[in-house]
Amino acid sequence: MSALTFVAASDLPPLSQVTVWLNDPSNWTGPNGLLFHLRQHVIYTVVAVVIALIIALPIGLLVGHTGRGAFLVGGLTNGLRAVPALGLVVLLVVWLSPKIHLLQSVPGVVDHRGALPYLIPVEIVLVLLAIPPILINTYAGVQNVDPEARDAAKGMGMTGFQVVRKVELPCALPLIMSGLRSSVLQVIATATIAAFAPFLGGLGSYIINGAQVINDPHNGYPAMVGAGLVVAALALVAELSLIVVQRYVVSPGISGRFRKSKPTVQASDGTVVGTELAGV
Amino acid sequence: MSELWQYFRDNQSDIAGWTWTTVWLAGGSLLVGLLIALPLGWVASRYRWSYPPLVTLAGLVYTIPSIVLFVTLPGLLGTRVLDPINVGVALTAYTVALLVRVVADGLTSVSGDLLEAAAAMGYTGRQRLFAVQFPISIPVIGAGLRVAAVSNVSLISVASLVGVQQLGALFVRGSQTVTLVPIVLGVIIIMLLAFAFDAVILLGIRLMTPWQRAVRAR
Repeated sequence: MSALTFVAASDLPPLSQVTVWLNDPSNWTGPNGLLFHLRQHVIYTVVAVVIALIIALPIGLLVGHTGRGAFLVGGLTNGLRAVPALGLVVLLVVWLSPKIHLLQSVPGVVDHRGALPYLIPVEIVLVLLAIPPILINTYAGVQNVDPEARDAAKGMGMTGFQVVRKVELPCALPLIMSGLRSSVLQVIATATIAAFAPFLGGLGSYIINGAQVINDPHNGYPAMVGAGLVVAALALVAELSLIVVQRYVVSPGISGRFRKSKPTVQASDGTVVGTELAGV
Repeated sequence: MSELWQYFRDNQSDIAGWTWTTVWLAGGSLLVGLLIALPLGWVASRYRWSYPPLVTLAGLVYTIPSIVLFVTLPGLLGTRVLDPINVGVALTAYTVALLVRVVADGLTSVSGDLLEAAAAMGYTGRQRLFAVQFPISIPVIGAGLRVAAVSNVSLISVASLVGVQQLGALFVRGSQTVTLVPIVLGVIIIMLLAFAFDAVILLGIRLMTPWQRAVRAR
């Protein structure tokens, strides 16, 4: 585990050094380059979000459809939002990692032997943080479906499953997508913190390692800010691509692109949905 | 449980100092953020053309991970890396980013009939804004404020990674000594603080919206 003691820096390398660092091709390529760490970061993110979707989407649809367990969903979401992500990462790494007796590396992602016991707890944290936005937005999306549309579907003889698949899911899709976007942003941000665990790398490793040698004009402050900018760029690209995906998957009749103003969407407990926390 | 208590007693003065730093960083950035977001949100609701750019800009700020802001701000502001003010500025930026849209949507959602009634009663534009439109949107703005408060409190701990001393320092200690006690204690105190902020705001909303209970009582 990295020690975090370093001297207070009064004369940091200037921000102009960041452009120099980012423009140096040798910082991008190679087995320890930005591209390699970017790839790790993306893989950690995608794995966590996909697992979270598999867990949260069915539960959200079920709770929204039946109306049972809504209290639990709301409480869980509010509770998890208060949990400090860094604390959870450190907790699981200290507590769970020594209990996992697998010495494998993860080929192509982390080549260190013994990386797996650290990757598993970190992925658990990422999944835990990715679930609430998807879950609450799926639930709220289904709850907000026009009851007449639901009744009409039932009246046409649709089974419960058909109502969920053909009416509630498409109608809730805008909110589900906005929950997914919050999740992705949150996981990208938290994966930066995950570099706190040994071996895992990711873009956060530049920030954690750079803090040790902060006055170094190459690997210190400039690398921290440079890698930080790459994380921010990744978050931005992810957000924009998901907005594009949303435009394609959401039916125009539902997205309200023909309407002039969008109504504010509120969950039944008064929480404003769609203003989920993203930065971590 | 007794170990937690023991650790708490042994490190009381450290923990009290860190808690205080966390409280004023979270509370201060929340207040300043709200004060900045109110006029911005009003502009976004009053002049429709300004809504998309303001809300998009706010969304962009929100995509920047906090650790990136904590690291970049010293270079931009000329502050020291360990200066807690960096954390305060970053959290204020997040609070503004979250609240601008909430304030704008809250103000916009006030029904036109209500505003017309106020106008008919002789309220001027400014009176309508401060005596009708803002109070009516308090529940919506308050809900946004609660989200901002809780996330602020738990975000602050990330600043430990760049060395700013606050409750997150307990996580660093725990990882350095590979002991669970300080980590668990840190998680517990931070969550309690978050819930305390939440409760205070909830109480504030209740006190500022007496008409809601009057309507319910009828």
